[in-house]
Amino acid sequence: MIELRELTKRYGEKTAVDGLTFSVRPGVVTGFLGPNGAGKSTTMRLMIGLDSPTHGDVRIDGEHYDRMREPLHSIGALLEAKGVHGGRTAYNHLLCMAQSNGIPERRVGEVLEMVGLQDVARKRPKGFSLGMGQRLGIAGALLGDPRILMFDEPVNGLDPEGIHWIRTLMQHLAREGRTVFVSSHLMSEMAQTAQHLIVIGQGRLLADTSMNQFIAENSRTYVRLRTPEPERARDVLLEAGHRPVTAEDGSLEVEGARAATLGELAAERRLVLHELSEQRASLEEAFMRLTAGSVEYHAHDLPEGSAGGPGEAASGEPGEAASGEPGAAGAPAPAWGENWRKGQGR
Amino acid sequence: MTLTTMPTHTARVVKSEWTKVRSVRSTVWTLAAALVVTVGMGAAICAVTSSSYDDMSTTQRATFDPTYLSFSGMGLGQLAMIAFGVLVVSAEYSTGMIRNSLAAVPQRGTFLLCKMLVTGPLVLVVGMITSFATFFLGQALLGDQGAGITDPGVLRAVVGGGLYMALIALFAVGVTFILRSPLLAFAILMPWFFLISSILGTVDATKKIAQYLPDQAGTVVMSVVPDTLDRPYGPWEGLLILVGWTAAALLAGFLVLKKRDA
Repeated sequence: MIELRELTKRYGEKTAVDGLTFSVRPGVVTGFLGPNGAGKSTTMRLMIGLDSPTHGDVRIDGEHYDRMREPLHSIGALLEAKGVHGGRTAYNHLLCMAQSNGIPERRVGEVLEMVGLQDVARKRPKGFSLGMGQRLGIAGALLGDPRILMFDEPVNGLDPEGIHWIRTLMQHLAREGRTVFVSSHLMSEMAQTAQHLIVIGQGRLLADTSMNQFIAENSRTYVRLRTPEPERARDVLLEAGHRPVTAEDGSLEVEGARAATLGELAAERRLVLHELSEQRASLEEAFMRLTAGSVEYHAHDLPEGSAGGPGEAASGEPGEAASGEPGAAGAPAPAWGENWRKGQGR
Repeated sequence: MTLTTMPTHTARVVKSEWTKVRSVRSTVWTLAAALVVTVGMGAAICAVTSSSYDDMSTTQRATFDPTYLSFSGMGLGQLAMIAFGVLVVSAEYSTGMIRNSLAAVPQRGTFLLCKMLVTGPLVLVVGMITSFATFFLGQALLGDQGAGITDPGVLRAVVGGGLYMALIALFAVGVTFILRSPLLAFAILMPWFFLISSILGTVDATKKIAQYLPDQAGTVVMSVVPDTLDRPYGPWEGLLILVGWTAAALLAGFLVLKKRDA
């Protein structure tokens, strides 16, 4: 169990982590999701005492990390930056970590075998591929057979086989009753691995929910209609009690209706259709929309701030400011995921 | 303190630090370089001096210090000791290993202490071997003009030479804990000990202050005829000044390690 209470980290003016309060429970894989720069890595560094919080605290099974004598027995972490001396063999790297926590030397061989690095145990990690480096990091996290495991972007740089391996491993670890906390910036990745979801954006908590609930709430479906007579189609749909929304490209989108029903309606009213299709917004889009909110918030804030002087505007994040659509929030129901798509298409 | 009398936790971290030091190549290279360069250069200079002794003036002969002469290679050899001290610490930061190290040992004071408990004795042993080797080889080459280890002040100078090398390495350890970056540590320490310090020690305007610099003060311990150096402190006091510098560097390094995010 990891408990965060109002965890805050500021670097000078910039707030990287902003009052995070949540718990990570044992027995499930908890996904820690957020766009790049949302503060995921900082949060994880704060969790294991590498950085000290400006405010608030983290407890690992009720204890502060820096009070723990030999913490590798309780919590193992794979951090994004690999943190391995390129000239020290994989075996010796794990050995020095094991020795510092009184872990018997035979465990080094065991974890090397677990991650499939037994053949390169005596090799220097300098020549390791990204995937091998990642596996070595995971071996380090597993050394003390800890009840809590933390992985920062573990699938980065892994090939499909490696990705499958780590997914299976994490689920296996959670089934053994361990706490598994894994960060990612890819919703699709989390959807396949995590049972619980914590989403942050710009250091703030955006969602703390079970994966099932997130899917139920966010995998919205709608029907897209394309017709040469959009005006009449609108009237027909409104008459039938639907609520069509005109998309940017002129097509109509109807929520809460099945394609078959709308097709029959169109046939009845002799309406020519060029397209009739059911659309499903992906979880990735749902995630983008969720986090785009936090970006948008700042985009709206920026002009006010910049009124004070041009210097302030320059200190804002130009990339994020540009991706926000001024006034988009006020505009009538934009199409699903439209905002982030615009941002991407830049 | 031996491994068996230490508190368990400290003993474990010391073992881990020892594994770290012995498992990288730079340890052997830097320490071997310190020994070879110091002994080699000392021997070369002793050999040259021995052959030109007859051409020396009376004053030169009166202040001739064969012990100090055999330590001539130390100015260069100490740079390898500094390199060792810098690499032991900066490798943690440049590779990101520090995050694994501190995740395993969150008590940062213990971490630094154990690093010192490993590097300290190691550099002391290498320093002593270097010091005795360069002395005996140098004296052998000086022949009749050479000093004996039982002559007054000589044993002190030779033991002091070993201590000097160890302290310089630990000074570098402390400074690198402050600076963290290998580039920065090398860029400051190397020119400082190789050039700047000795220039400041020679120029009249800065001489008075420069004689309290770590290496300027520390080398006095290797001199058997200290009067020739004209310092307001004796050989042991000189070494004590270096001890002060090293302690200050390590303390500052500890404070930086303690306070800053890793």
